[in-house]
Amino acid sequence: MERHFETSLRDLKQQLVGMAGYVEKAIDLAADVLTRRDPAQIEEIFAVEKEINKRHLAVDNASVTLLALQQPLAADLRLIVAVLKMNTDLERMGDQAVNIAYALKDLLARPNFRAPKDLLEMFTHAKFMVGEALDSFVQKSPALSRDVLKRDETVDALKNKIFRETVEKMKADPAQIDDGLGIILIARNLERIGDHATNIAEDVIFAATGEDIRHGYKVETLREALKK
Amino acid sequence: MEISSFFSTRDLNAWFGKTLAVRAVNMSFAENTVSAIIGPSGCGKSTFLRCLNRLHEEVPGARVNGTVLLENKNIYSKDVDPVELRRQIGMVFQKPNPFPAFSVFDNVAVGLKLAGIRKSTILKDAVERSLRMAALWDEVKDKLNDAGTSLSGGQQQRLCIARALAVEPRVLLMDEPTSALDPISTAKIEELVSELKKAVTIIIVTHNMQQAARISDQTAFFLLGDLIEYGATSQLFTAPKDNRTERYITGRFG
Repeated sequence: MERHFETSLRDLKQQLVGMAGYVEKAIDLAADVLTRRDPAQIEEIFAVEKEINKRHLAVDNASVTLLALQQPLAADLRLIVAVLKMNTDLERMGDQAVNIAYALKDLLARPNFRAPKDLLEMFTHAKFMVGEALDSFVQKSPALSRDVLKRDETVDALKNKIFRETVEKMKADPAQIDDGLGIILIARNLERIGDHATNIAEDVIFAATGEDIRHGYKVETLREALKK
Repeated sequence: MEISSFFSTRDLNAWFGKTLAVRAVNMSFAENTVSAIIGPSGCGKSTFLRCLNRLHEEVPGARVNGTVLLENKNIYSKDVDPVELRRQIGMVFQKPNPFPAFSVFDNVAVGLKLAGIRKSTILKDAVERSLRMAALWDEVKDKLNDAGTSLSGGQQQRLCIARALAVEPRVLLMDEPTSALDPISTAKIEELVSELKKAVTIIIVTHNMQQAARISDQTAFFLLGDLIEYGATSQLFTAPKDNRTERYITGRFG
C-alpha cells in the first residue's frame, strides 16, 4: 500500500511541474510575439503570469504543510526544500516574461524596429534551458542538470555580445536609443531566466544527491571555515 | 570520522544465548558530545548500549566479547569492578524508576551513600548540585523528604537523571528516556541533555528520529545487529550515505 505521504509528495511534484508548464508557456508566447512581430498575444502573457502567481502560493502552501505535518528527512526533506526554492525561481521567470512583454509592446509599436538575430537565439537557448531544467527534475537526472549549467555560459555570452553591439549602435546613432534600450532590457531578462533555470538545475542536483554545488563552494569546507 | 580516545568500542559482539544481537561494532564517542543511536526494534541498539556499562552480562545466557575502552582502559578487563564502573558510566532507563520507599533526597543520595559517603554536608551539596543539573531543584527543593514516586512522570525521570549524576559519571547512557513522557516533559529532558553534555558525555537510544535530530551531535543507525552508518547528525538526516539508512529514516523500510 502506498503511504499517504508518498501520494502527497507526488502531488507536490505534479503541482510544481504544472506551474512550470505555465512558465514555459509565458516564455514561448514572448518568443512568438517577437518572431511574428504580432502583439496580439501580449495580453495572454499577462494572464498566464497571474495563473503562475496563484500556483506559486499553492506550491509554497503545500510544501510548508508537508514540512509541518510529516517532518520529512533525507531525500524527502531535500526534495521539499528544493521544490520551495524552484517555486521561487519559476515565479521570478514569470515576472521576467512580463518584463519582456512590456518591452516588446513598446518595440513592436515602432515600425522600423528590427530584432537582432542574437536576441532570437537567446530566446531559443533560454527556452531550452528552462525545459531541460524541468526535465532534469522530472527524471531526477543530475546529468541533464549539468547540461543546463553549461548552456548558461552560452546565454551569458550572447547577452554580453548584444549589450556591446547595441551600445555601439546607440552611440553611433541616437535615433537607435529607444530600440536599443528595449533590446538590452529583453536580453537582460532572458539572461535572468537562464540564471533561474540554472538555480533549478542546481536544486535538482541537491535533491538527488545532497550535494550543494552553488557558487562553486563545498558546503563542508565553508562550515569549517566559518567555525574558525 | 575522527577517532576519539575518550570512549570507544572495538569489535564488540553481544549474544543472547546463541543469538548474535550486536555484530562487531566499532564506534567512538568524543568527550562532551551527544550521540544518538536509532534503528528499528530488535536492531540491537539497546543491547549495544547495555554493553557499554556491562549491564548486558547481567542477563542470564547473555555474553559479550570485544573491547570497550574508556580513556584507553578496557572496561571488560578482569580487574574492573562492574559496580564501580557503573558509577563512571551511568544509565537512565525508559521508564522512570525511582526507588519507591526512598525520599527525593535519598533517591539522589543513594549512590554516594553506597560509596560510603556519610557526611551530611557533602550529601546535601551533592544532592542540590545534581538536582540543579537535572533542572529539578526549583520544583522539589521544598519537598526533598517526600517520596520520589510522588513526583510526576517527567519529574521522576529527571530525578533518575539526578541520581545518575550524583556520583559524577563520565558517561551517561540513556535508553529511550522520554518514551513514557508527555511532550512538555520530553522537551525538558531534551533541553537538559543539551546542557548536560558540558559535564558528561551522553549516548542516547531513541525511537524518535526527530529527537535524535534535535539533540545529538552524532547519530548511529543500527540494523539487525550491525552498525550501518555513523556520522554527523546534520549529515545523516539530510543526506545519509547508506541506502538502508535513507530507507529507514524516510519511513520506507521493509
